[in-house]
Amino acid sequence: MRALALSITGSRGVAIAIAIAQWLVRFVAVVLVIATFNFVLVHAAPGDPAQVMAGQSGSADEQMLAQLRAEYGLDKPYPVQLAIYLKRIVTLDLGYSYRQQRSVLSLIAERLPATLLLTCSAFLLSLVAGVSLGTLAGVRAGKWSDTALTIISLFLYAMPVFWLGLMLVLLFSVKLDWLPAFGYVSIGVPMTPFERVVDIAAHMVLPVVSLGSVLMAIYARLMRSAIIDVAHQDFIKTARAKGLKRGQIIFRHMLRNAVLPVVTVAGMQAGTLVGGSVVIETVFAWPGLGRLTFDSVLQRDYPLMLGIFLVMSVIVIVLNFLTDTIYRIVDPRVSLRAAS
Amino acid sequence: MERLKTFLRHPTGMIGLVILMAVVVLAVLAPTLFPDDPWEMVAAPFQPPASEGLPLGSDMLGRSVAAGIAYGARVSLTIGVASTLAALCIGVTIGAIAGYFGGKVDDLMMRITELFQTIPGFVLAILLVATIGPTLTNVIISIGAVSWPPLARLTRAEFMRLRGREFVQAAVCQGQAPMVVALRHILPNAISPIIVTGSLTIATAILIESALSFMGLGDPNLMSWGLMIGASRTVIRQAWWMSMFPGIAIVLTVLAINLVGEGLNDTLNPRISRKARKA
Repeated sequence: MRALALSITGSRGVAIAIAIAQWLVRFVAVVLVIATFNFVLVHAAPGDPAQVMAGQSGSADEQMLAQLRAEYGLDKPYPVQLAIYLKRIVTLDLGYSYRQQRSVLSLIAERLPATLLLTCSAFLLSLVAGVSLGTLAGVRAGKWSDTALTIISLFLYAMPVFWLGLMLVLLFSVKLDWLPAFGYVSIGVPMTPFERVVDIAAHMVLPVVSLGSVLMAIYARLMRSAIIDVAHQDFIKTARAKGLKRGQIIFRHMLRNAVLPVVTVAGMQAGTLVGGSVVIETVFAWPGLGRLTFDSVLQRDYPLMLGIFLVMSVIVIVLNFLTDTIYRIVDPRVSLRAAS
Repeated sequence: MERLKTFLRHPTGMIGLVILMAVVVLAVLAPTLFPDDPWEMVAAPFQPPASEGLPLGSDMLGRSVAAGIAYGARVSLTIGVASTLAALCIGVTIGAIAGYFGGKVDDLMMRITELFQTIPGFVLAILLVATIGPTLTNVIISIGAVSWPPLARLTRAEFMRLRGREFVQAAVCQGQAPMVVALRHILPNAISPIIVTGSLTIATAILIESALSFMGLGDPNLMSWGLMIGASRTVIRQAWWMSMFPGIAIVLTVLAINLVGEGLNDTLNPRISRKARKA
């Protein structure tokens, strides 16, 4: 018995190690490809690359440009330039924003927590709400609550996130005055730490709900059809024949199997989530990376734009990895496969 | 003909088609309905809806919101269709090559596709437009460049499915060139799922376009729905109509296209739809 248990943990450990190694390879590959892509963009942008990096400020002085050319080896052939650029990225040197007079890395690091808070909350909300609503609709397929959910998700699916955000502001801040419309925390109000947490939470409600709703609609529809599919399978009939209660069948048997396609799609939608955060942060003046993207685009601040793009892609890969891990934990077949 | 009849009996597909036709008519008749330039000041600023000659009110520069929506329909539909065509060119080519040749070529093509699916597409579109400049063509290219991966995966799957069929094998044995086999024998048989996914891509493209112009990255010379919302969002407390109506236009158009797409799916792929109905 013990030997069997050991062999299970052993093969499982190997499987996890392989999964992590594969993920690391993918991670490095994506970072390198995106860095190369960024390099190409700088050279594709109209104007001299040094001027582009300097933020195309017309008054860029010659000395600064000369320094930039030397730093990035802009007088050398392209492959050498690319190598210099990649080396900088690998050592976490994302360049310098001449517009903001600060290093790109410090600008991004300052904004990253707010974006992670927003996207992760929206991700969790959309998964939990989508799976629950989808399950509800699936077990009541054909009833009015199912139809209502289908119609609502059709509309949510067709909505631009930024407009949904604005309409929520209109309803809950302007008309009802229940929730703050802009920012991350109230400014100029003395608060205890607890009050501060409550205040931030109140500021989070509208951006998180608007960002999460569209994804929620996708997951709810998927979950609904997955539940309907699972309900017709033999093991559910067996469970029913065994005399299990309806709640037990739904939670222990149907949910675990039906949730798998949702988790797969959730991983694929991570990019949508991060992209949506750009417009949502613009709408709600949320001090994160998305808002920073908006500012950097307005000012054509290339080093900052490219740095954000790289970091956002990394966030997506990490989210992909997380959903992969969730999949492995939830999938009822994985442990069986490892044991055999 | 048979398929057309099936589609006409598809209730939600027909609702979508009716809404979509209304949007198309609005776009086509925009210059007749609103002879004035949509950028022109036609009334006092901040006029609420249902004012004299302004069914949907005026914006902060005294421009008619209704006229903006009508002209915006032209931009949205044009960009939606054109960038989907661009995405089809890229996606179908990559998918066809991957599915036809298989092996190492397939591996390489799918790696590229996966990479593009990993990158946050909207952020890439922002970068592309910001770099190559916000003109109509560049916006179309940028949206196309981030919308093709699902089409490539679908085309690949279809090509792999059809590649081993007798009629394809026969054509290969006759010595027909791969290009001819792919275009004359495989593609026509793979076209219906591609049409369905393509129609849904139009909806996504319209959403991306609206977000780009909301961020101020649309063609500055073209009136568009996203631009109207983006410009008036700061005055939402005083003037809700300026941001609400263009948004409703986006929702209805995207919803209509999605419904038509689903209707097409049930009509063109009856095998799948019958299974769905049974469930």
